[in-house]
Amino acid sequence: MILSELIDLDILRVIWWVLLGVLLIGFALTDGFDMGVGALLPFVGKSDVERRVVINTIGPVWEGNQVWFILGGGAIFAAWPPLYAVSFSGFYLAMFTVLAALILRPVGFKYRSKRDSAAWRNGWDWALFVGGAVPALLFGVAVGNVLLGVPFHLSDDLMSFYDGNFFTKFVGLLRPFALLSGVVSLSMLLMHGAAWLTLKTEGPVQIRARTIGTYAGIVAAVTYALAGVWLAFGVEGFHMVGEVPANGPSNPLYNEVARGGSWLAAYSLRPWIVIAPIMGFVGIAMAVMGLRAGREVSTLLWSKLAITGIISSVGLTMFPFILPSIVDPNSSLSVWDSSSSQQTLFVMLVMAVIFVPIILAYTAWVYKVLWGKVTEEEITGSGHSY
Amino acid sequence: MHIDVVELSRLQFAMTAMYHFLFVPLTLGLSILVAIMETVYVMTNRPIWRQMTKFWGSLFGINFVLGVATGITMEFQFGMNWSYYSHYVGDIFGAPLAIEGLMAFFLEATFVGLFFFGWDRMSKVAHMVVTWLVALGSNLSALWILIANGWMQNPVGAQFNPDTMRMEMTSFFDVLFNEVAQAKFVHTVSAGYVTASVFVMGVAAWYILKGRHIELARRSITVASAFGLAASLSVVVLGDESGYSASHTQKMKLASLEAMWDTEEAPAKFTLIGIPDREARETHYAVEIPWVMGLIGTRSLTQEIPGINDLVLQAQDKIRSGLIAYDALMTIRTERANTPPEVRAAFEEHSADLGFAFLLKRYVDDPRSATDAQIAMAADDTVPGVGPLFWAFRIMVGLGFSFIAVMIYFAVTANLRGMRFPRWALRLAVIIIPFPWIAAELGWFVAEFGRQPWTVDGVLPTVLSASRLSVADLLITLAGFVTLYTILFIIEMGLMIKYIRKGPIEDVEETEIWMARHEDRLKNNGGLAEPAE
Repeated sequence: MILSELIDLDILRVIWWVLLGVLLIGFALTDGFDMGVGALLPFVGKSDVERRVVINTIGPVWEGNQVWFILGGGAIFAAWPPLYAVSFSGFYLAMFTVLAALILRPVGFKYRSKRDSAAWRNGWDWALFVGGAVPALLFGVAVGNVLLGVPFHLSDDLMSFYDGNFFTKFVGLLRPFALLSGVVSLSMLLMHGAAWLTLKTEGPVQIRARTIGTYAGIVAAVTYALAGVWLAFGVEGFHMVGEVPANGPSNPLYNEVARGGSWLAAYSLRPWIVIAPIMGFVGIAMAVMGLRAGREVSTLLWSKLAITGIISSVGLTMFPFILPSIVDPNSSLSVWDSSSSQQTLFVMLVMAVIFVPIILAYTAWVYKVLWGKVTEEEITGSGHSY
Repeated sequence: MHIDVVELSRLQFAMTAMYHFLFVPLTLGLSILVAIMETVYVMTNRPIWRQMTKFWGSLFGINFVLGVATGITMEFQFGMNWSYYSHYVGDIFGAPLAIEGLMAFFLEATFVGLFFFGWDRMSKVAHMVVTWLVALGSNLSALWILIANGWMQNPVGAQFNPDTMRMEMTSFFDVLFNEVAQAKFVHTVSAGYVTASVFVMGVAAWYILKGRHIELARRSITVASAFGLAASLSVVVLGDESGYSASHTQKMKLASLEAMWDTEEAPAKFTLIGIPDREARETHYAVEIPWVMGLIGTRSLTQEIPGINDLVLQAQDKIRSGLIAYDALMTIRTERANTPPEVRAAFEEHSADLGFAFLLKRYVDDPRSATDAQIAMAADDTVPGVGPLFWAFRIMVGLGFSFIAVMIYFAVTANLRGMRFPRWALRLAVIIIPFPWIAAELGWFVAEFGRQPWTVDGVLPTVLSASRLSVADLLITLAGFVTLYTILFIIEMGLMIKYIRKGPIEDVEETEIWMARHEDRLKNNGGLAEPAE
């Protein structure tokens, strides 16, 4: 197809790098509050009815939200096949843990209130807690590991090998900096979940959510700042050696990569990217104030801004790298050497341009239909709730 | 490469995929049946149809959630367990998966929440539209997944790129309109419709046998049997279409599932049953029907269908041709831009057979050093397990025809005998509930096991596709999946049975008031009822 040559490969690569960010942020903004709410569930809801209220705030929307995650996986597969191949096989047991937690979640939502037994319901509440808290933590840990560099190398056939046995591979992910990143992500999503509950609930549940959310926001700001300082002084960055053809073939081994310097060198190279961390800090500060004051809609929006800033800051800091290798820097995956072909990127872009606006439109419509607070009367009165 | 890791990876993929497909067919079919019921409700305004919609909708929900939960695993498992596969064909295979998310899964998952929570929040017509969008999303989802799977069976519209060491898409159009994918899509969704019809009929028959919810159950059987009749015809016709396309795209699979050892003079005979013997390369106690195989496979009386033995010989030739491509590839990889043009030319000429050279990787690290004996062994590996395929295929087809018979009987009885079903037929309907699932799982077995030793037919061997994991990795996740999935299965079955036992919430009073008004209108309007009120 000649059409695909309308847009140059390097442009397509940058567009898909941005779209990858959009999908991850979309996932964090929507399913992020589902995870936050899941992790908050046992603490903000004391009685069964209260917990049902909490679950029903996300009951009708979590399924759609979760598709951001599935679509993120699919889009990485289609647009960045080497990233999909190396990261998911490398983080094998961590991925399995995330999957197991995420599988528990839908089942928990749907099945929890189908039996009256208190033990049954309490059990599912903790399953929902795990389904929210564990992925929220592990996604951050994964991002931390990516910043540190991951121990993989590619063979001449571009087959990926990950160093270590099954034990060190999993436990090896829990490096101090990565754990700190995990805390950033968990506390950020707890704050986001609390902002959602502030909007959708009232009374004691809302008050508890606002209290926990305030603390979570403060923790998120402090750990995010700490992670920045750590990156500046304690983590070695990566850089490309020599001229890298932005239109070159997607073969990471064709480019030379070296370690050294700091990731934060990106901020002197492209000073404008400082907007991302600023958005992160301002967003958190405003969200925390909003939670304390009991503002509803604006708090959620500030929280979204914070998440957008924090996630963008990671991508912008690392650009053009997407998965650096600590054991064989030349195997590192970057925007310029790990994409799909021009044809595939173009076809996928056409699809995204058509369908993403449609998705956003109907998702907005669904949220509009469901607008308003979830109350105890509503839940106990109708047959249409969890 | 550790064969253990490959075998365990295959086991895990087979297990999680077949488990996922326990829920998919019911979602595909029940979403449409529920949408049909709700449409009848909106058109007639009769409360019984709303009760039906809600009841079957609640069973749909219990099933749907596990389909979604187990689908998460599928989306990520390629990267986790099949990382070289993901690298090698991600440029083509990833696209339909991503489009599935964009076009289909978002639609179904976003609206399914409104289906359950939106009854009191929107108009009847709006809710009906939501239900249809859920059904549309589910079925579009199947379309894209089968385009992806169809490409693994018949890899069209793609070409190997030596610079990136992978297959790259040359024509999205060819991938989309791959004949194998199209036949498979209709075959698979039809199988889902049959599954849902048999399920609805079986559960409804049980109510009638128990003397419960009779009016609701009879109407359910009527809708399901009409829908199921069309679907069961379609499933067999499109299954035949799949067989026909396999005769020129996947000759080895076709020969293996028919246990055709030798090429016969056209038109070939069809082996109805028998005991295939791989060692002796013959089928014992075969019951044969002349001409039929040739007719199904080629739709002609003159075209030959190649047998397994000839195909193995052809595979040897392809391996030797693939070795030329492999040798050229090694030069291209070291010389890159400085590769002599004749080497490039040799590569282009033989690159279609490159995958066959990779079959040797099972025996030697460098395929170029393979002996003749190893080449013969690798060629022999292209024959999948004939015995299991032969029987799986026959059981599936037998079940397919029996569904047609059942559907015809129930559809006729529903329409011509005023929905008065005899008790033996109702008992039969209950007994056959599990059968469509057996047929569907066998169908996937035939498709995937029949494609071995390849993940992508003729392009990439399964042995090469797997991630470089350890046996310990695999054992941990296998144990994890088995435990998690078993618990979920027990819970799901428990809830399904509980909700079936509980039955629909029938508002008898509401129905009677409606009937009285309806009768009244009939009298006062000279026999003409106003359907909507």
